[in-house]
Amino acid sequence: MSNEAWEGRRAFISANDAVSYAVRLCRPEVIAAYPITPQTSVVEKLSEFIAGGGMDCQFINVESEHSAMAAVMGAAMMGCRTFTASSSQGLMYMCEMLHYVSGSRFPVVMMNANRTLAAPWNIYGDHRDSLAMRDAGWLQVYVENAQEALDTVLQAYRVAEDAAVRTPAMVCLDGFVLTHTYEIVNIPGQREVDAFLPPYAPGENVLDLANPRSLCISVAPEWQTEFRCQQQAAMEAAKGAIARADGDFAAAFGRRWGGMVEEYRCEDADYVLLGMGSVMGTTRLVVDKLRAEGLKAGLMKIRFFRPFPREEIAALGRRVKGIGVIDRDVSFGNAGALYTEAKAALYSAGGASPHTVNFIAGLSGRDITKEHIETMYRKVMNAAAGGAEREIQFAGLRWEEW
Amino acid sequence: MKEIRWHGRGGQGGFTAARLLGMAASLSPGYYVQAFPSFGPERRGAPVLGFTRIDTKPIHDHSKVYSCDYVVVLDESLLAVVDVFEGLKADGIMLINSARGGEAFTASGRQVYTIDATGIALAVLGQPVTSTPMFGAFVGATGLVDLPAALTAVDMTLPADSRAKNREVVEWAYNELRRKINA
Repeated sequence: MSNEAWEGRRAFISANDAVSYAVRLCRPEVIAAYPITPQTSVVEKLSEFIAGGGMDCQFINVESEHSAMAAVMGAAMMGCRTFTASSSQGLMYMCEMLHYVSGSRFPVVMMNANRTLAAPWNIYGDHRDSLAMRDAGWLQVYVENAQEALDTVLQAYRVAEDAAVRTPAMVCLDGFVLTHTYEIVNIPGQREVDAFLPPYAPGENVLDLANPRSLCISVAPEWQTEFRCQQQAAMEAAKGAIARADGDFAAAFGRRWGGMVEEYRCEDADYVLLGMGSVMGTTRLVVDKLRAEGLKAGLMKIRFFRPFPREEIAALGRRVKGIGVIDRDVSFGNAGALYTEAKAALYSAGGASPHTVNFIAGLSGRDITKEHIETMYRKVMNAAAGGAEREIQFAGLRWEEW
Repeated sequence: MKEIRWHGRGGQGGFTAARLLGMAASLSPGYYVQAFPSFGPERRGAPVLGFTRIDTKPIHDHSKVYSCDYVVVLDESLLAVVDVFEGLKADGIMLINSARGGEAFTASGRQVYTIDATGIALAVLGQPVTSTPMFGAFVGATGLVDLPAALTAVDMTLPADSRAKNREVVEWAYNELRRKINA
């Protein structure tokens, strides 16, 4: 397809296709990938673009996800902008290389189609795969719809390649509910994207035959701590880069997604649900319904899980009565991962301690209904009023009244 | 918001029909649209679903469709194995691929239209692919989008070598439904 046919168009496409168009617009030079449901159509479409001459990019077919990440790391060492995508078991297989890429500070961007982990095996969506990679040293951002998926890929390259950040980024889309759902998506023009996203400038972190150096090195214990301290500093620096990317993106394209978090009707809210991904769209409708009934409900969409929005959550904690956290995951033996981190952030809220409840929901594609979300708000209100509520609850368990 | 559920068997094009309607609606700047399949592995011959949501406001809902304004059945044999009327609103409309008349399904208490979509598909396409005739019939029965938008959606969605025949199928089914309603 020629550029003129799709650039600047209002298209009706799946979120996977939206990611493919976004990646095309970002002009990566090397893509290496291995297929896995529900990610596959992203890299299929990219390989079609390349085969059709619409993308000047090398597509490397590899035999595994581990090799996919190794291949894009090699390309990044040569100063190339790169892309890959995976999901679930594939992401697990990639795990070792995720750490190599982040520790070596290559700003690879990947898409993860969120899918649960075996066993029991299935292919449906939850956040257990990417959250298991929490400590891999990657930026992690979760999106709500197809337009946000496209826009966030463009922003992810900007943030990851920022000279103060130089950290890889994982853009997470709920499997099927986003990846296979068709929505209306505005595809920006190439010229506007080129202006927003200049070519990758690797600085000194590149192999140069005229000026040999070692990359992706070994270091002794005497130096390892300093490398880790720099990784942590880069993640903290990413918070500013994320805000700048959001602002510049809004100026260029007229859409704003909020940066680290997006608050909806939180300005005077007493009861707020936190969550990530597509469920936050459904939650907006419940907020509107409860507001119409006079209840002060709001939501905070956590976009970036890494770096974590500690400051935003602490500030929220100082002004609300109750917070519920929806987790599409569970860390067995403790609680949901988002809940654990949000509660830690609230501890630094300076004496404020709103009541908190954790709702484990939407595991492996289980639908999170508007009725379930409304029940979550009512449980948070009950807890805030001093009523008895278990702190950690599985939403809609078939052997419980919900 | 209008919510539409499409019943088919894997391979008949139930999700294609859901996407064709979404594409046709997306051509109108005032509409927001979602289309999605019943998620999971694709199994030829097994009962599958497609969904279309159309609204004049942005669609934030990412939960499943539980209540429908319209239900379309691409394969009459599904009536024996699936409750196709489940969730169809009392004033909702049912559209069934059947050589029988709509009166054969009045026990449901809903407005039911029928069309012999398999016959149209076999006559024009030479295969019992009922997605495009049922899409055309849906447009004729509901007027949610107009016929030119439906034909453009065929051009934008289907492979180039099948467009002309499928446009013919859509127009045939559309006109047949219009005749039934106006009769």
